[in-house]
Amino acid sequence: MSSAHGEFKRAVRPITRDFAHRRWMQNALRGYEQVRAGTQARFGDWEAARRAAAGIKWQAIEQLDTLLEQFASNLEARGTKVCWAKSDAEARAYILDVVRAHNARTIVKSKCMTSEEIHLNELLEGEGFDVVESDLGEFIVQLRKEPPYHFVFPAMHLKRDEISRVFQDKLGAEPTDDPEELTMIARRVLRQKYIEADIGFTGANFGVAETGMVSITENEGNVRLTTALPKVHIALMGIEKVLPRMEDLALFLPMLATGGTGQALTCYNSLIGGPQQPGEPDGPDEFHVVLLDNRRTQLLADSVQRDALRCMRCGACLNLCPVFKNIGGHSYGTTYQGPIGSVITPHLRGLREYKHLSYASSLCGACTETCPVKIDLHHHLLRSRRDAVCAHPVWGQRSLFRLFAFMMRRPALYRAAGKIGRPLLWLSRPVQGTWLDPLRAWRRTRTLPMPAKQTFKDYWKTRRR
Amino acid sequence: MRVSLFIPCYVDQFFPQVGISMVRLLERLGHEVDYPERQTCCGQPAFNAGFCKEALSAADAFLDCFGDAQVVVVPSGSCAAMVKVHYRSLFADTEKLDAAAALGDRTWELSEFLVKKLDVTDVGARFPGKVTFHDGCHGLRELGIKESPRALLREVRGLELVEMKEAESCCGFGGVFSVKFPDISTAMAEVKCASIDETDAEYVVSNDPSCLMHIQGYLARRGRTVKCMHLSEVLVQT
Amino acid sequence: MSDRDTILADIREALHAKTDPAIRSAEASDLPMDVVSLRRWLPAVGESYEERRKLFADNAVALQVDFRVVPDEAALLDEIKKIAGEEGWSKVGTHRGRLTDAVCESIGLALCRTDQGYNVDDLESCDVGITECEALIAQAGSVLVTSAGSGGRALTVLPPHHVVLATRDQLLPDLFAGYELIQQKYRGEYPSFISFITGASRTGDIERILVLGAHGPKKLTVLLVESPAGDDDNGLGRK
Repeated sequence: MSSAHGEFKRAVRPITRDFAHRRWMQNALRGYEQVRAGTQARFGDWEAARRAAAGIKWQAIEQLDTLLEQFASNLEARGTKVCWAKSDAEARAYILDVVRAHNARTIVKSKCMTSEEIHLNELLEGEGFDVVESDLGEFIVQLRKEPPYHFVFPAMHLKRDEISRVFQDKLGAEPTDDPEELTMIARRVLRQKYIEADIGFTGANFGVAETGMVSITENEGNVRLTTALPKVHIALMGIEKVLPRMEDLALFLPMLATGGTGQALTCYNSLIGGPQQPGEPDGPDEFHVVLLDNRRTQLLADSVQRDALRCMRCGACLNLCPVFKNIGGHSYGTTYQGPIGSVITPHLRGLREYKHLSYASSLCGACTETCPVKIDLHHHLLRSRRDAVCAHPVWGQRSLFRLFAFMMRRPALYRAAGKIGRPLLWLSRPVQGTWLDPLRAWRRTRTLPMPAKQTFKDYWKTRRR
Repeated sequence: MRVSLFIPCYVDQFFPQVGISMVRLLERLGHEVDYPERQTCCGQPAFNAGFCKEALSAADAFLDCFGDAQVVVVPSGSCAAMVKVHYRSLFADTEKLDAAAALGDRTWELSEFLVKKLDVTDVGARFPGKVTFHDGCHGLRELGIKESPRALLREVRGLELVEMKEAESCCGFGGVFSVKFPDISTAMAEVKCASIDETDAEYVVSNDPSCLMHIQGYLARRGRTVKCMHLSEVLVQT
Repeated sequence: MSDRDTILADIREALHAKTDPAIRSAEASDLPMDVVSLRRWLPAVGESYEERRKLFADNAVALQVDFRVVPDEAALLDEIKKIAGEEGWSKVGTHRGRLTDAVCESIGLALCRTDQGYNVDDLESCDVGITECEALIAQAGSVLVTSAGSGGRALTVLPPHHVVLATRDQLLPDLFAGYELIQQKYRGEYPSFISFITGASRTGDIERILVLGAHGPKKLTVLLVESPAGDDDNGLGRK
C-alpha cells in the first residue's frame, strides 16, 4: 500500500461515519442538481451541444502544438511575456523572478487550481511575500490554513458560524451569522488588497489561440479587480486549456456555467489580450502568461487517456459522484478531487503512488454521463486498474484471480468450492465483523447472505429428473 | 422461443430463488427454458479488478458454454453489460471477437428481454405491496435500462410503485470496491437506504441482484424491515 | 533547447500516436459544427427584437438586474435623474461618450472620468459607474463591455453600482453575435480587456446563500433607449 493510499484510507474513515457532514454536503449538491436541471432543460439539445463541445476539445488536443504556438505568438505581439514551463519548478522559478523583479510585497490571487498544483502559495509565503486569496471561498480556507474542498466551491464544507469564527480570530471582525455581513467583511478587507497589491495572479479557464487571449470565468468580480488594478498580472495556464477560436467560447462558456454551478452564464466572463494598450485608461503595465506542462505531455502520449486533457474543470463530475458526496474534497489528498482527479492524478503524479484512486470507485458512470465534454471518466478508471495490474502487480491479488480463472473454467471445481465454502461461511458467523473474521471487510458493517440450502444448479438437476 | 438462462455465480449460491422465479415466469409465458450447466461466471470480477487475461479466460469458457444459445437472458444488468459491452474490448485482439460480439447481441437483461424482445409488459402478475425500484448503475448507464422494469412493475396487479429520491444514485456495491473500500461503500449504502426509508416502501426491487445483496446486507445489519426482492421474484407472483 | 522547444517537441512526439478510435467519439466527427447548428443546440434566443428584448427582461428579473426601457434620450435623462435622487448619488465615475456625456451633464454631479487615466481612490469614492457598452446579449441577459468602449477595466467593476446605457440596435441575440461584433469592430486592434457581465457581482460560497456585491458592484442597472436622438427611421434597428 502506498503512503498516499494509507493516508486516503485514514482520511476516509472518520468522514464516512460523519453523517451530519455528509448530509450537509449532499444537500448542497442536491441544490446544484435541481438548478442545473432547469438550466440544462433550456438548451435546444444538450446532448448535441455536448458532442460539439467534445469535438472542439478533441481538435484542440490533437492540434495542441500548432495552437499553442499561435496562442503564444499572438500574445507576444501585443506585449505579453510568455513563459513555457516544462515543470512545476520552472513555473515557480519564473513567477518568483517576476515577483522579485518588481520588489513586490503583496500578491493578490484569484482562484487557480493550477497554482495549487505547483504549490505556489507555499513558495511565495515562504519567501516572505504577502499572498492573499481573493475568491471568498479560497480566502476563507486560506485563513483556516486548509486546502480547498472542491475546485469550484472551496468552502462548501463550512457553516456560517465556522466562517464567522475564523474572521473573528484572524481579522478581528465582529461575530455575525449573516452571510451578507460575512461577505461584506471579506469585501472590505480585500478591497484594500486589490489597491495596494503589486502583483495580480490568476489562472485561466481557456486560452484563445486565434486572438491571443486568456479567458477567465468568475462570479465575484475578484478576477476583474485582480486584473484591473495591480501593475503586473501573471496568469498561469495548463497547456491543455487552449482552444482554436474566439467563437468557441460561445459554446463553452454556457456549458462551463451549466456544468459547474447550474447557471446559464457565470457573472463575469472576461478575455485578457495583453497589458494596458496605448489609449486605454488602465490595466497592468506587464502581463505574463505561464504555460504549464508538468507531465501533461506524458498524459497526451497515452492515445486513449489523453481524453482526460479535454477537461475544462467545471466540477460537474464531483457534484454528481456518490464517492465524492460521501468522502468530501479533503479526503483525496490531491490537488484535483473527484472523478477527474482520480483519472489524471496517477498520470501527473505517479501510478504506483496513486493507483488506489482508480479503485476507490464503484464505476457507476454518473461522472461520464454528466461531463459536458464527454470524457469517458469511469472507463478510464477501469483502464488505470489494468495499467496498475500490469505495471505494479500485487502478488496476492494476481494469485487470487488466477485461481478464479482456473476455477471458472472447471464447473466441477466451482461446484466443489461452493460445497466447501458454504459450511465455512456458517462456521465463521459467530465472529462475523470482528478481527477474526476473514470476511471482515464486508461483515463489519453489512450482513452477508447465508448460502441457500439448494443452489440453482441443484434445483435444475432435480428439475431434470 | 428457447431461452437460455445465465445465472451469475452469486445468484446460484445465494439467491437461487431469483433464477427459479425466472424459470417459472418464462415458462408461464410459454417459452422453453434452457440452462447450460457448464456455466460459471462471465468474468466480471476479474475484469473490474483490472485482470484482463484472467477475465478473458473465464469469458472464453462462457462463450463456449453459450455459443449455441438462441437467446441468453440474465437477471443482472451488470453481468449483461459485461457480455454486451465489455466482451467487445476483452476479445478485441482474439479470433473470437465476432462470436463474442454476436453473443452480446443475443444476450438480454431480464426486463429488456420481456419488454423489448417479447414486447410484453403485462406478465399476469399480482403482488400487493408498496414497492420502490433501485436502478443498478451498469444496467442504467452501460445499457440504458430505465423504463423497462417500471413498465413491467406498473402492470403488476395491486402493486404501488413509488420513486425514491435519487433512484439512480449508486448503492455502493461496485464489486471488489465493496471490500477494498468498505467505509465508502457502506456510506453509499447508508444514503441509498435513507432514500428508501423516505418512500415508506415495504419492498425495494432491482434488476441487479448484486445491488440487492448490498442493500439487504446493510438493512439486515440494522434490523430494518424493508424487504429486498429481485424483479423476477415480483413478476412470478400470481 | 529552451523549454518552449522541449514542450513543443514533447507534444509532437506524444501526438505521433493517433488517438484510439474507440475513445474518439465517432459521433462528434459527423456533426455539423457551423454556427447555425450550434445555435439550435444552445438555448433559444427568439427571432425578433421584441422577443429578444423580452428574453433580456426575463433574464434580468432572475438575475435581480434593474432593467428599464425608455422611449428616447429625453426620457433617459429623466430616468437617470430619478435614479440619482433615489440612490442619493453624489459622485459619478464615467467615461466620455455620446450618451454618458448627455447623462452626466444632465445630473450635474461631481465626476471622475477615467479616459485619460485616473486616481484609484478617486474612482473608489464614486457611488456609481455610468458607462456605455458594446452590446446587450439577450441569451442570458448579459452586458458586453471592453476596455475601449466602457472607460477601461475598473470603471465597470469598482463602484458599488454599475449603470449601463444602451441603444436598441445594441441588443444582440447571443454570445456568437457578441464575439462577431468584437471581431468586426476591433479586428487587429482588440481591446486588452473584453467581458460579458451577467448580473451584479455575486457569491454562494457561504452555505450556498446568494449574496450580491461580493467584490464587484452590488447593483447593476441597464437602461435601454429605444429611439436615440438623431434616429430618423422608425426605430427599426438591427434584428
